Amino acid sequence: MDKQPLFGLSLQKIKYVVASLALPSFTATQITDWLYKKHVSSIDEMTNLSKKARELLNEKFIVGLTAPSNVQISTDGTKKYLYPTATEKFVEAAYIPDEDRATLCVSSQIGCKMGCLFCMTGKQGFQGNLTAGEIVNQIQSLPEFENLTNIVYMGMGEPLDNLQPVLDSLEILTASWGYGWSPKRITVSTIGVIPAMQTFLKQSNAHLAVSMHTPFDDERKRIMPIQSVYGISEVVSELRKWDFSHQRRVSFEYIMFKGVNDTPRHAREIVRLLEGIRCRINLIRFHPIPDTALEGTPYNVIVEFQNMLKARGMTVTIRASRGEDIYAACGMLSTKELVKRQQEPDF
Amino acid sequence: MAVKRKIFKKSIHSIKEIAQNVFVLSFARNFEFRAGQVVAVDVVTDGEPRLYSIASGELDEYIEILFDEKPDGKLTPKLSALLPGDTIYVSEPFGNFICNDESAWWIASGTGVAPFVSMVRSGQEIGKILIHGGRYDENFYFSDLLENKLSGNYIRCATQQADSAYYKGRLTGWLREQSFLPTELKYYLCGSPEMVVEVRDILISRHIPFGQIISETYF
Repeated sequence: MDKQPLFGLSLQKIKYVVASLALPSFTATQITDWLYKKHVSSIDEMTNLSKKARELLNEKFIVGLTAPSNVQISTDGTKKYLYPTATEKFVEAAYIPDEDRATLCVSSQIGCKMGCLFCMTGKQGFQGNLTAGEIVNQIQSLPEFENLTNIVYMGMGEPLDNLQPVLDSLEILTASWGYGWSPKRITVSTIGVIPAMQTFLKQSNAHLAVSMHTPFDDERKRIMPIQSVYGISEVVSELRKWDFSHQRRVSFEYIMFKGVNDTPRHAREIVRLLEGIRCRINLIRFHPIPDTALEGTPYNVIVEFQNMLKARGMTVTIRASRGEDIYAACGMLSTKELVKRQQEPDF
Repeated sequence: MAVKRKIFKKSIHSIKEIAQNVFVLSFARNFEFRAGQVVAVDVVTDGEPRLYSIASGELDEYIEILFDEKPDGKLTPKLSALLPGDTIYVSEPFGNFICNDESAWWIASGTGVAPFVSMVRSGQEIGKILIHGGRYDENFYFSDLLENKLSGNYIRCATQQADSAYYKGRLTGWLREQSFLPTELKYYLCGSPEMVVEVRDILISRHIPFGQIISETYF
């Protein structure tokens, strides 16, 4: 039987492991210390565990860290790392250094089921979920790990379509027995899978970013299949029930498409839809993908759009484009050239 | 707009395996719905319900859902083990993958045919063409009904079964072979994300405006 990874297990799960091996209960916190604070890569490095404990652990477990297998480096310093998964596929994580911060954009799934018209990841289809360990591994095994200030779950996949591993990974990142990060340093993105979003908001204090891309239900349906079951107006109605006036923030991601969602009519509807919600809107330049029917809005029009929203009291930023030469931006992460489909589809 | 949906406790009327690992489950209808809508289904009240398109007609006595048992799935192995009389929890219907009486093309893979079956059973088949992709003969679910109602406008694309009634190959192959695809009609796509994305790319490459392509993916 393959040895199981310890990395990615919560303290509670490690307590079960420790109990199953009849080791002293305090061994569990020793192990989480080694995994998440001292960052060891082998059980033998856990030197305050007894020799017997290490032998027992080594029989059935490994630490289970996986180094990136490839990296592409942008002229602006952004780096896109390729990580192999346990299922012999690949995911990507984008490291985005800035003046006083360094953000890592992590993947939560291999491919994606959502099929948004503007997204390169969606073109791969869905190839599997990541475990909590595979999500946190993207952070731990990053060569620039020590520089990181922020984590965003905006890489490949819809995080809330892989809810439990994402929640488990957040627990590891924020718990005192784990990395001990503030949830204020973490943002989870969603397309608006409402039931999972409700669970996330109950169980995590990390920030939430909602992919809006148009405030009109009927227009959103043309670019985002999710709209057929969870409409943006319904998503916003749900968010009204939650308090975003303190530590936790909600933001709305808005990729701008020429002639599709960048008119004064759209700006007015955004203002109407989000009235009363304390939030930020991130306007994002569209990075065209192969064979796309969409064009990006010119920068001067994005600025005009921002000004329209600001004039109506909204907090709006234009996200700087990073890593364009290596296709590192949100929605452009793709292992298309590197991943071979496992089987011929039957449609 | 209410986000919290009503949940109904329902007794299973019937459950039948219509193809290998593919089931039709039915329960009595106590709500109105529009063809193309979904319900959230679970076997407990505090679990993670999954969404299924309704396959019944809008006026049918029973609601039918079509599902494919996934061995490693969280819910479908439990659903397939249920018997008539067992309890499931079903949300009120929702969603807006709704067609109208205009002419349109319907494109489905696997169990993604369910909303189109509902539309046919609701009398919306006039002016529609259904292209359904599957592996074997048995994977063309509800084919008797669809043949009867759509006749020549029902195109089956079988990847693994040679039969003169079927196009031999993937539905994307059939689409690529068509010399003409109407650019003024709407196209409704339902099925795996891989199918939806590939078909959408084909349609866009054939000058179908993306606004006329309405999609629903399994997730």
